[in-house]
Amino acid sequence: MAGQEHKSTQPRDEEEAVEVEVPTPAPGASQDQANTQGVDDLLDEIDNVLETNAEEFVRGFVQKGGQ
Amino acid sequence: MSSDTSPGLAAGGALRVMGSETEFGIHAPSAPGANATYLSSQVIAAYSRLTRGRGGGGGAEAGTGWDYTDETPLRDARGWTVSRGQAHPDQLTDIEPVLTAEAVALAHGPAEIELDGDQEPALMNLVLGNGARLYVDHAHPEYSSPEVTNPRDALVWDLAGDAVALAAVRALAEDRERGPVNLYKNNTDGKGASYGSHENYLVPRSVPFGELIAGLTPFFVSRQLVCGAGRVGLGQDGSRPGYQVSQRADYFEAEVGLETTMRRPIINTRDEPHAVADKYRRLHVIVGDANVSHVANYLKFGTTALVLSLIEAGKAPQIEVHDPVPALHRLSHDTGMTETVRLIDGRRLTGLEIQWMYFEAAAKLAADQGVAAEHGGDGHTAEVLRRWEAALTDLGGNLDAAATYVEWLAKLRVLDGYRSRDGLAWGDARLGLVDIQWSDVRPERGIALRLAARGALETMADPAAVAAAVVEPPEDTRAWFRGKSIQHFPRGVASASWDSVVFAPPNSYRLQRVPTREPLRGTKALTGALFAEHPDLEGFLAALLGERHT
Repeated sequence: MAGQEHKSTQPRDEEEAVEVEVPTPAPGASQDQANTQGVDDLLDEIDNVLETNAEEFVRGFVQKGGQ
Repeated sequence: MSSDTSPGLAAGGALRVMGSETEFGIHAPSAPGANATYLSSQVIAAYSRLTRGRGGGGGAEAGTGWDYTDETPLRDARGWTVSRGQAHPDQLTDIEPVLTAEAVALAHGPAEIELDGDQEPALMNLVLGNGARLYVDHAHPEYSSPEVTNPRDALVWDLAGDAVALAAVRALAEDRERGPVNLYKNNTDGKGASYGSHENYLVPRSVPFGELIAGLTPFFVSRQLVCGAGRVGLGQDGSRPGYQVSQRADYFEAEVGLETTMRRPIINTRDEPHAVADKYRRLHVIVGDANVSHVANYLKFGTTALVLSLIEAGKAPQIEVHDPVPALHRLSHDTGMTETVRLIDGRRLTGLEIQWMYFEAAAKLAADQGVAAEHGGDGHTAEVLRRWEAALTDLGGNLDAAATYVEWLAKLRVLDGYRSRDGLAWGDARLGLVDIQWSDVRPERGIALRLAARGALETMADPAAVAAAVVEPPEDTRAWFRGKSIQHFPRGVASASWDSVVFAPPNSYRLQRVPTREPLRGTKALTGALFAEHPDLEGFLAALLGERHT
């Protein structure tokens, strides 16, 4: 069958997906370290811009249906 | 074959008249419970005030009305028309919506209700100088892009809409009376409400609608793996914890149908061509997600255009998905991408396998037609095929690479980071917040835009091209005539629509309606000289109507 050889061979179980990699490797560093560092930096950056009260914001984000 | 699709556009590839519609999520943090229709009208009004400052010849003009003459939202592509009495009020999109005093009162709260003469009337519609429409659709501000001829321009003029939304947000943030109002390029509040991001493609009327249904359904069931935007929560109300590939999938309940606001169908049959009806239909695609990722957005338009070329050529993969609606949901709920869907012939295929079948058929047709050649090709199909193949390859084995442009995967990486670092369960409000804030149109707040700024989410469009597209229409469709008419004669255009511009000549009581029913006329090549030679509307109209350039 066309495309069979392209089938994903590494199914991910999201409940166990604790190994996180974000592709922002620093030159010279080992890939894993760089990725871990990249994720930490990224999350720190996002922490700084997230709306302050998550619970309240998510509850208040109520939309009307559209098309 | 599609020689009659789009005269002047090469057949067999990714060229086609197309356009996007983005309904933005809207949120006024300081006025919870405010009327969304009223807030949306404030967004339109805010942008109108900005463009008025730009002056004639610069961009949009405030108050340009919509010409509803050729709107037919109740005509069904399967050959019938729903009566107005049977239709849901939401379906009557061919009449001007009216914002009532009650709605305004609800929005402002009991303290300050007064619709006195000083207040501007609520602004529900704008036609912009770039050929787009900015208006209130139900309870959301919507940007409908001008018609373009290729997926790269579809991306650029859709991004122009994000820039328009951002400009309105900025203006309202500084407006102590009306603001702040924030906008989100997403499709659901995660509590049961969904709003669309639609695509439109011009298709020759000669292609039987049944072939479009057959050819598109398996493609639409599976394309979310390439261009889904990702969503926290399962089920329409999001009450089951988890993460899924698509924003929109759970809100689809039918295979084929006319509705867009309820019992949403995978294939929408609204037969409102906005063009010469005997020659064209406008395929109205409602099953897609709004994308912040450039590559996902580009591939959404590019691959769908390729599949339409396959259907026109009679070369679409001959597969039929058994029970496509549950299949759409199942593939969305399986971020491991191993789930299979059953075909009518008994085979079981993964979503990626279905996508590969379409890719291979499209690559073969493009090769046969010569449109993907590096030299002498159409300049677009080769890139769509290259990026499509890369996406399917990466999703099949190199998820790190895929996560730099596949939107649902990029979002999942961030969420997994939080889950891992802070030990959050899927039901945690912070993950819901990340999901919503992912699509905030403000670069300093929007998480996807933050990722893009640090190079972790690939961008394709040149920012200068996007900035230009906020102001200028595409040169190669009738949008050019629409946009330039508004730029050149800001007070001389009474209203406009996709297939008309209605002029109000000075010193005349008669309006002059100029139909623009051929999407590939009214281009810069055909009407540029006319605009250049006639700075005055009377002379312009005399020359136009004498010569019929459009």
